[in-house]
Amino acid sequence: MIALIPLLPLLGFVINASLGRRLPKAVSGGIASLVMLASFAVSALTVWDLAGRAASQRVIEQTLYTWISSGDFVLDLAFRVDPLSAVMILVVTGVGSLIHIYSTAYMHEEVDSEYARYFSYLNLFAAFMLVLVLGANFLVLFVGWEGVGLCSYLLIGFWFEKQSASDAGKKAFVVNRIGDYAFILGTLLVFLRFGTLDFQRVASAVSPLAPESMFGMLSLATLLLFVGATGKSAQIPLHVWLPDAMEGPTPVSALIHAATMVTAGVYMLGRNAVLFSHAPETMAIVAVIGASTALMAGTIGLVQNDIKRVLAYSTVSQLGYMFLAMGVGAFGAGIFHLYTHAFFKALLFLGSGAVIHALHGEQDIRNMGGLKAGLPITYWTFLIGSLAIAGVPGLAGFFSKDEILFETFAGGHRILWTIGIMTSLLTATYMFRLVFLTFHGERREGAIAIGGGAIARDAGAISHQDSASSHQDSASSHQDSAISHQDSAISHQDSASSHQDSASSHRHSAGSHLHDAPAAMAFALIVLALGAVLAGYVGVPRGLGGHNALGAWLEPSFKAHAVTTLADAQVTSPEEAQAEGSATSGEGLELSLMVVSSIVALVGIGLAAFVWLKRREIADKAAQAFPGLYELLLNKYYVDEIYDALIVQPIRIVSQEGLWRGVDMHVIDGAVNGTASIVDSGSTLLRRLQSGSVRAYAGSLLIGVVLILGYYLWR
Amino acid sequence: MFNSVLDAIVPMLCVTLAALAAMGAEAFRGRGERMPIGGLGIVGLLGAGISSALLWNRNASSFGVIVADNFGLFVTLVLVVVGILTILFSSQVVERDGLPAGEYYALVLFAIAGMMMMATASDLLVIFIALEVLSLAVYVLTGIRREDPRAIEAAFKYFLLGAFSSAFFLYGIAFTFGLTGTTHLDRIGSYLAAQSLSDNPLILVALGLLLVGFSFKISAVPFHMWTPDAYEGAPAIVTGFMSTGVKAAAFAAFARVFLSAFEPFSADWAPVVWWIAAATMILGTVVGVAQTNLKRMLAYSSIAHGGYLLVGLVAANQVGKAAILFYLLAYAVTNLSAFGVIALLGSRDKPNDELRDYAGLWQTRPALSALMTVCLLSLGGLPPTVGFIGKWYIFSAAVGAGYYGLAIIGVLTSVISVFFYLRVVVMMYMQDRGADAPVVQINAVSMAALTVAIVAIFYLGILPTRVLDLATQSISTIF
Repeated sequence: MIALIPLLPLLGFVINASLGRRLPKAVSGGIASLVMLASFAVSALTVWDLAGRAASQRVIEQTLYTWISSGDFVLDLAFRVDPLSAVMILVVTGVGSLIHIYSTAYMHEEVDSEYARYFSYLNLFAAFMLVLVLGANFLVLFVGWEGVGLCSYLLIGFWFEKQSASDAGKKAFVVNRIGDYAFILGTLLVFLRFGTLDFQRVASAVSPLAPESMFGMLSLATLLLFVGATGKSAQIPLHVWLPDAMEGPTPVSALIHAATMVTAGVYMLGRNAVLFSHAPETMAIVAVIGASTALMAGTIGLVQNDIKRVLAYSTVSQLGYMFLAMGVGAFGAGIFHLYTHAFFKALLFLGSGAVIHALHGEQDIRNMGGLKAGLPITYWTFLIGSLAIAGVPGLAGFFSKDEILFETFAGGHRILWTIGIMTSLLTATYMFRLVFLTFHGERREGAIAIGGGAIARDAGAISHQDSASSHQDSASSHQDSAISHQDSAISHQDSASSHQDSASSHRHSAGSHLHDAPAAMAFALIVLALGAVLAGYVGVPRGLGGHNALGAWLEPSFKAHAVTTLADAQVTSPEEAQAEGSATSGEGLELSLMVVSSIVALVGIGLAAFVWLKRREIADKAAQAFPGLYELLLNKYYVDEIYDALIVQPIRIVSQEGLWRGVDMHVIDGAVNGTASIVDSGSTLLRRLQSGSVRAYAGSLLIGVVLILGYYLWR
Repeated sequence: MFNSVLDAIVPMLCVTLAALAAMGAEAFRGRGERMPIGGLGIVGLLGAGISSALLWNRNASSFGVIVADNFGLFVTLVLVVVGILTILFSSQVVERDGLPAGEYYALVLFAIAGMMMMATASDLLVIFIALEVLSLAVYVLTGIRREDPRAIEAAFKYFLLGAFSSAFFLYGIAFTFGLTGTTHLDRIGSYLAAQSLSDNPLILVALGLLLVGFSFKISAVPFHMWTPDAYEGAPAIVTGFMSTGVKAAAFAAFARVFLSAFEPFSADWAPVVWWIAAATMILGTVVGVAQTNLKRMLAYSSIAHGGYLLVGLVAANQVGKAAILFYLLAYAVTNLSAFGVIALLGSRDKPNDELRDYAGLWQTRPALSALMTVCLLSLGGLPPTVGFIGKWYIFSAAVGAGYYGLAIIGVLTSVISVFFYLRVVVMMYMQDRGADAPVVQINAVSMAALTVAIVAIFYLGILPTRVLDLATQSISTIF
């Protein structure tokens, strides 16, 4: 039964990959969405089953078969649903279904085969992501881990005609390989230390041990795993790929680079909570990296001008929050934020997609403004998402973010808490800067010329669609084919006749008639907006009279299992009582911290309103007053440039100039390629062979012989 | 037929007879007459496969120098797979390029017979004879496109250097014989275990010289120099055949000699093989990154794969030995299929093996692109393909035996290597097909063979246990 959850999207992939080219769009998009919905239904049933059980019994395991066995090492291909993976499968299939539905409209301009290709990748991604969160051991998780990386790579570069898109895909891939390398080494260390890779067995093996007081084996293994997580979840120092990944289609950014794949690192830490909590050194590093990433990305988000890049940095920043929570041991809070973030960040990305769609590829917020009237559905849902992420009381982000900040403060990490609260201010500010610049004020169409300045490569992400679908122009009753489907979708028949503008100019004329999200897109936006409002109520903290139901639900996942129920009851009851006691004393603190962060959020929004709504010149003046700082932020702290100079160039030089040109090509290639083309008769061939490279080859062989024999004789 | 002195050589007899039949068929073939000579080879190989299966667990031996133990039979079966795939892929290539069919198939089959002999030989001299049988056939195959100067040059170089390395190998055998008075592996093993020769430098000289001979055949650094040339000059399908078959046979003999006869001296050879393995993995990978010609890139990649196999040899624990066998099969199927695709995409006058020739292949040949993608991902060791399982075994064997350094280098290089495999995937899926891109015609037989190979890659990646159990059984009989 559990196996169906990843198998259904896989089935969708197989159908679309093999037959997609011959299927009409409605069928291929429909199949892709249907398998996701079916998978969501199975997930919901599974979680329902799980919820009906006693807390200690909430594990459903399905072992398909023994995957690898050698001697005493046996590894099953097994899926396991416990409270943690239950949350994850609901997020992946739920948000995933909505994004599939949204995509059916968003990608409608693609030709049939490209459309099917897109959906086959998306389904394959979902299948691997579900394998990742359902895997019962490190290797099954790794199957998903590599798979989602591959799909992410393919989807970032989906519009490969754009050089920047394929470059971004390459970068994402290379950076992720570094993380994967560390992850594999970490896995091998865990295997070496515990002789098993099953998460539960590792947890039970590690729980009787005392936490490492010094940096030891456990710390090294967990640190390596965490480096893997920084790659996948875009944390310092491997965060550089995520903003560039925005070159992919926007629904992909929403699904992969906001709601699901990038949270895999957080999930993996939560999955190994017992292991990580036995390595306090690593935990400290996790917390510090998380907090610094949150702050750094928040500052960068403040000055970016590309709507998707602001959201990308916001994602990096929010992931930083999650890692902060993990690092201070508040695993439940981290997963809670992961869960709420999936709703509002997917919503924000899809909203930005609706804006980009309406503006035919425009992504620079300096060219937007005043879209509120033309795009009401997009505006209101986007506003809800922004309020949620800013942490305004009552919405989803408020509960989860406050729980993280509270746990950080309660754990005695005052500095980290301060960073967290500063980031909270930044979040509210940059998000509402985005809202105000995009939707409020006046239309600033064409304020910044496309093709000029640093934003050139971000602009026009979907502009090529115009050409891709241009063949439809003649057939279509109105030439503006790029948005023709929207008309039928939301019955704007009145505008159909007015769209006689030629395809080449409609980028600039787009402003005259805005089309709000078509039905499929609006549906996804509204459902996600509801989620962004309501999702937090599963975790209302005790300070507000709730029970933190989600925290209690997740708790068993962060403990080692395999303790008998009787002993379990005896052991946990005093702890429980203690927890109750401390909880009451903590409630007052939690309440006051909550007030502080609510005020911070509102101040942030107010600041944004003041600067970008009332006094636009303040922002420019501030930028002029601190040119150095502004440049630094605009250029993302020059991390890309530093990496290029310190790592990329040296490697390239060593590989191309050194090892290949220097060693192998000069000695080998030069000889072959040079001779072969000139040679015209057997005799010259022989002569060249005798005088040329063969001697060098034999020389190399001889050197090898001398080295080996020399080693033996003179060692 | 069974329980006779010939039992152990039945598989290679089948192949040899098929080779002779192929030669005969060519001789009696009328001008312009089409004859399914490849089919004869397939029959012979199937015969070898069936007889190997029947010989399983029987430990048959012939003349005291050929033993059909499970280890040898496992490699024999790998070679049967290599042979069948090669012949199936060749069906199109031979016709298209106008290669002399009879000679071509006969040479492939003779080479396979030599490889099978090498995998089952239990005497150093027989190993040497087998080595020469397979080498001579492969030298000629390298230069089978007689009108292509590059092919001839590659064949000549390969031949000269091969002869050079054979001399070292023979020299090593001579030293071993001089010291132990025998060339039989079992007797060498028991002699070395009984006598204390650790102070005698001559045994180390013998060891070193044998090491050089094997290292050359498996193209380990620094004895790899011939590889890129020979691989690039030969027809792509022959390259695929060489890079898998020769490597499998040479590794089988390498493992047999070093893990049984010279096992008592493992403390002496392990450090050297350690360095060779590390250098091989690093050079193969790093130089592979810089290549723009697909054949050359896969040539360096196959050097790197030899390095991974050496890691299993160094680890030399139960897992490592089984891992070598499993990896040989995994690598054989995957690499041969990848070269098969290259061969199928070529045309008579143009090899079409530059990276840019693959641009947008997805648009015209979606199925072929998908199959190639799977091969490349498997070579890169991505789950859930067989390449992942093979690498996992090799590296966990290294970690288990305490060779952390090798495991770290191995994981690092395989992580880097994915970069260049994926570059091809990117080319196929993320570029537009140029107007001047070659039009490809591929016959049904080759497509079927490819599909079967891809199914095998997934089968062994998702359900590897059966074959792994076979590999584990195979090593328990001899080491």
